[in-house]
Amino acid sequence: MGSGVRTEKAALSRRSLLRMVGTLAGSTAMYNAMTELGLAQPSTFTNPPKLGAPKPGTSVLVLGAGIAGMVAAIELRDAGYQVQVLEYNGRPGGRNWTLYGGDTYTELGGVTQQVKFDPGQYFNPGPWRLPYHHRGILHYASRLNIPLEPFAQHNYNAYVHSTDAFGGKPRRFREVQADFHGHVAELLAKCTQTSALNQSVSKQDKEILVEALRNWGALDGDLRYKKGRESSSRRGPRVDSGGGLNSVPVFSDPDDLGGVLKSQLWHAIGWGHDFEYQSPIFQPKGGMGQIGKAFGAELGRLIKYNCKVTDIRQDETSVTVSYVDARTGKAPQRASADWCVCTIPASILSQIPMNVGKKMRAAIDQIPYGASMKIGLQFKRRFWEQDDEIFGGMSYTNQPNAMIGYPTWDYFSKGKGVVLGAYVWGAPAIMAAAKSPDQRISDALEYGSKLHPQYKREFDSGVAVAWHRVPWMLGCSGDWTERSRAEHYDNLCSLDGRIVLAGEHASRLPTWQEGSVTSAIDAITRLHKRVMGA
Amino acid sequence: MNLQDLMLSASIFVFLSLISGLPAGAQEFGVGAMDRGTKIPYQGGEAIYKGVCQGCHMPDAKGVIGAGAYPALAHNAKLEVAGYAIAIVVNGQKAMPALGPMMTDQQIADVVNYVRGNFNNRYKDKVSPADVKLARP
Repeated sequence: MGSGVRTEKAALSRRSLLRMVGTLAGSTAMYNAMTELGLAQPSTFTNPPKLGAPKPGTSVLVLGAGIAGMVAAIELRDAGYQVQVLEYNGRPGGRNWTLYGGDTYTELGGVTQQVKFDPGQYFNPGPWRLPYHHRGILHYASRLNIPLEPFAQHNYNAYVHSTDAFGGKPRRFREVQADFHGHVAELLAKCTQTSALNQSVSKQDKEILVEALRNWGALDGDLRYKKGRESSSRRGPRVDSGGGLNSVPVFSDPDDLGGVLKSQLWHAIGWGHDFEYQSPIFQPKGGMGQIGKAFGAELGRLIKYNCKVTDIRQDETSVTVSYVDARTGKAPQRASADWCVCTIPASILSQIPMNVGKKMRAAIDQIPYGASMKIGLQFKRRFWEQDDEIFGGMSYTNQPNAMIGYPTWDYFSKGKGVVLGAYVWGAPAIMAAAKSPDQRISDALEYGSKLHPQYKREFDSGVAVAWHRVPWMLGCSGDWTERSRAEHYDNLCSLDGRIVLAGEHASRLPTWQEGSVTSAIDAITRLHKRVMGA
Repeated sequence: MNLQDLMLSASIFVFLSLISGLPAGAQEFGVGAMDRGTKIPYQGGEAIYKGVCQGCHMPDAKGVIGAGAYPALAHNAKLEVAGYAIAIVVNGQKAMPALGPMMTDQQIADVVNYVRGNFNNRYKDKVSPADVKLARP
């Protein structure tokens, strides 16, 4: 009994120690901070649904030809349902959307942007990456024969920048990460020498820990993190080794612990290790919109485009949807089916008359929509590669553009290149939406030039998409809180008579396409059960 | 515990507080979805309207129509109940994002007063930061 208690105590100490290490590395804190926002949730996708055949002639009306709507449509069609899809836009995909040279985009307020990118260049205003564990969306990409390529999330040579740190001079990611890890490792290694730790960690564990810290933090023989071979092996030397004469490397000078901490640049290290951003990540060749296009081609005439839904009405036997031509607001028409899968975003659906129960109505009405904004900037040459040796990945800054994402395709090509010049949420996105597209772009050039002085000289053209200005979205994505989920989430997802809702807003993977896929599959699986039981 | 241990423990404690002291979700560096930390910097009703609200409600406050609509704030009878306007600004609703976390009580009071006193709205009663505080969840 006594020894059992001792073991338990020792184990607890080890756990607390590991937890401390985890906290220092930023992972635990990050995980806790993010789960409540719905991130770092694993996908529930295992296999596409195996729906049995319904009674011949059973029909479903799908509202919205985004990822959720088209997943629902394909699976229901394959099961034998008669399916019709109504879509507001003149194209499939919804937020799965890529802009190419020659495209135009008119935002609310009437400003039209002409996309002037070179052939082969593109910009994804919406989703842009596919984590390897988002098995649902990857399944459909595979089914639709979409070629995928690696998406570089992490780049050790990209910049980490704060206007308030190191005189506004950007550091390389590898420098910040190595210095942060190195100093933390040194501090903990010192800690192992204290008698306080003797009580909580066994002698053997302590030796292992010291060795692990030396390895993790690139400490020298004296367990110090300082200028030398070890630290330069992580943060990079000032002058690299070479061949022949004058080939001796020159080690670089780490920033001191206080400087690294006060710089706040360590913010950039932790979050990129989250589940969604772990390598490998993928992207469709030629833009995320390729997935939406392929879905659209697969469904063909089952999708009717340019339909603005104005009313959704159900009774004992069917669902009837009224719609007009989205371009003219005229030519009212009706479509009816036995059942309805509605993927219209709640920001829009909350404004459409629909006879559902009070609980679902309350759930639809209460979801506020989060703001997001992205800017694509085409430059005359790929100076980030040619001058700065940055191939893909992203730089981070404390300025209101938040990041610069470098194209992760066509590396080393000699022509122009399109950079993600801003990707922001929350207040910066809301403030950007209140500005004109031109102003948003000129702001992004100003911020970007703090990291890349070449920016203004090499700028060619740009396009800025603020999601609250997107006529068919009125926002980016459903913005749940823990409290609103507890109160409304189940009511939003539950079948109401003959209507079921789906989309990222009806998922615990908000903003991600995987949320749309898994939500659609869950919705039609429950709908099918009801159909078969009815 | 000797003096050296004490100093080390103290420095580790300070270090841990520094690391864990960041407000949840206040990721400044491109976390994007997680950015709940940045605040609206504008002061005064007009500046806030132009810097924030006009993005959706438009410079003339007449709203705009797409697949759904942003309501006109101009000549809007619903604004008679000041508490309604405050609640929507603080908590968000439908397409409207929750602005409470990114604005102070004073800023929200100022912009509500600005909208209720302009754009053909002639409501005389003013709201105060204390009214806003009450509306926060």
